[in-house]
Amino acid sequence: MSHATAAREFIADSQRTKWHDETIWFVRHKRDLAAASVPEWELLRSTASAIKRHTLSRLDEYLEQFEQNAIRHGIKVHWARDAAEHNEIVLKLLKEKGVTNIVKSKSMLTEECGLNPYLEAAGIEVVDTDLGERIVQMRKEHPSHIVLPAIHIKKEEVGELFHEQLGTEAGAADPNYLTEAARNHLRDKLLNAGAGLTGVNFAIAETGGIVVCTNEGNADLGTALPPIHIASMGIEKLIPRLEHLGVFLRLLARSATGQPITAYSSHFHRPREGQEMHIILVDNGRSGILADEDFNRSLNCIRCGACLNTCPVYRRSGGHSYHATVPGPIGSVINPVRDPAKFESLPFACSLCGSCSEVCPVKIPLHHQLYALRGVIAERGLLPLSKRAPLWFATAVFRRPWLYRAGGRMARMVLRCLPRALVYNRLNPWGRQRELPVVPEQSFRRAYADRQAKRSK
Amino acid sequence: MNVGLFIPCYIDQFYPRVGLATVDLLERFGATVDYPEQQTCCGQPMANTGCQDDARVVAEHFLQTFKDYEYVVAPSGSCVAMVRHHYAGLFGTDARVEAMAKKTFELCEFLTDVVGVEQVEGEFPFRVGLHNACHGLRELRLGNPSEHMAQPFNKVASLLAGLRGLELVELSRSDDCCGFGGTFAVSEEAVSCQMGNDRLADHESAGTQVLASADMSCLMHLGGLARRQNKPLAVMHVAEILAGYEVPQPSPARS
Repeated sequence: MSHATAAREFIADSQRTKWHDETIWFVRHKRDLAAASVPEWELLRSTASAIKRHTLSRLDEYLEQFEQNAIRHGIKVHWARDAAEHNEIVLKLLKEKGVTNIVKSKSMLTEECGLNPYLEAAGIEVVDTDLGERIVQMRKEHPSHIVLPAIHIKKEEVGELFHEQLGTEAGAADPNYLTEAARNHLRDKLLNAGAGLTGVNFAIAETGGIVVCTNEGNADLGTALPPIHIASMGIEKLIPRLEHLGVFLRLLARSATGQPITAYSSHFHRPREGQEMHIILVDNGRSGILADEDFNRSLNCIRCGACLNTCPVYRRSGGHSYHATVPGPIGSVINPVRDPAKFESLPFACSLCGSCSEVCPVKIPLHHQLYALRGVIAERGLLPLSKRAPLWFATAVFRRPWLYRAGGRMARMVLRCLPRALVYNRLNPWGRQRELPVVPEQSFRRAYADRQAKRSK
Repeated sequence: MNVGLFIPCYIDQFYPRVGLATVDLLERFGATVDYPEQQTCCGQPMANTGCQDDARVVAEHFLQTFKDYEYVVAPSGSCVAMVRHHYAGLFGTDARVEAMAKKTFELCEFLTDVVGVEQVEGEFPFRVGLHNACHGLRELRLGNPSEHMAQPFNKVASLLAGLRGLELVELSRSDDCCGFGGTFAVSEEAVSCQMGNDRLADHESAGTQVLASADMSCLMHLGGLARRQNKPLAVMHVAEILAGYEVPQPSPARS
């Protein structure tokens, strides 16, 4: 389904659309206040962007350095070319330990790899421990936002879900009460898990350690007890040195939620005593993006979600309308770069307003990349005829000034004379909710020529 | 100052008053204006849809038409952004493109940056809601966008501020996109109209009497929504206000 069609369905519920837009705009506004409180904000952005650019230019070296340092501290490092390899590695590790139930803290990478259904098919119970993730998991849905996975769901709906699945009181919608119920439910899962899986926000080449940022502390809880910790990371999560971490931690939470810093920035630098620690370095198309000079800056992304929050299209169409693990502006870049045929409509789910590029803490020129991607889609012949044909016609007109003049005169005359029903028909999407301009008798060029003629008299 | 006037195709066809106001303003501030008859379009609709080869054909025509002018001025931020930022992608390294990018200006930035206009004399006793069109704002930096942490400025607002009696309303979202976006307005019609209606609601609660912008395409979209809903909202290009034109009576949707 194209984004436009899915968005139309979302917008059909106008109350929800308004609420979704306002809820997410509130987060964007909090981001503005948080960013404004840091005098060197723009310098931080430039610095972060430069660090990422540098790292990506020598990614191979930094990955090797990271691996060596991690191994030195007793961490086991695995490499996965794609999603399938990643999932196989996880399952193998779990099987070796005879683990049948795991807890998982937020990781968009495992979402991208389809890890949950894969493990569940192998008979392993997977419980997401981030509250939002747990909610969408219980609803058998995917996250609609990369930082706020359940932002599309109202508290009343959570109350209903928890009533059905956790036995809370019917009709309860008090966030404190519901959170308490989720906490009790998750505590049990956390205490009895056979393994803890986490994502990775930053991996530091110099130290061989990783940092996981959460607001609920669920990464700490999920890894504190089980005998095995498996961390999955995309290879672009690397930064060279520990001293660079502060730049990103200052940007991440402010950009994501408007907080000065996430509540927990957990550092994992070696296995806990008696525990095994594994890190899986996943490529899954990233080296292909890295090799693509036009689009490799998208690998700067630290998954803060700020571009989603600011995007006027995302706010009015919801994350699921993108049909991709990562929605919004950044998702509309990285998904079509990997698979233009499958995601041909995403670069067009954008008015090119440019707000995403301004808000991005690592300065990815998102809207310019979306613009460029439209060229890629067209070049590969993936543009639907409905988009292609009118422009072919317009080009034929615009290259011939006489035809443009004659056509303009004709079009204005037709618009003035035709009965309304013929102008506002099903084939005119402009006119579904909007009037066309009031058509003047004269074009500018005629009016101007007349005026000049009068003047010279 | 020898100015080649670029009047975007839809302004030529639908909004002649905006073109005339642009000429009035440029002449008032001492420019010699010439309107080359051969002009058509800058190529933005093609380029924004990814049809780069088509865009190149139209852009080539633009380059030819305007090559001999000292300056090229247009009352449209998005067309100027196309010429200044996106022609390079169409033609690669090309001296003609570089020269054109340097001499092409949006009307308000031409007045403030090239002519050095600080205030425009006149009177406009209305509550004006300024729609900060995205391309002008973020591509041309006619103002500081709300996402960017820097000293606020707004070239369009500062020109308007010189008019006696004019009051700029305070919007809850100063620069959220209106949803026009060129072909986006048609291909993503539902989102586009939702965005436009949200902008209109913001202006209504701020008490806007005249909705103004330096980009007529946004106003074509917003005005089209307002008129369908018979909202008592006048819509004017900034050039019309600065040139002292009368507020048009909102015309109801044709039945």
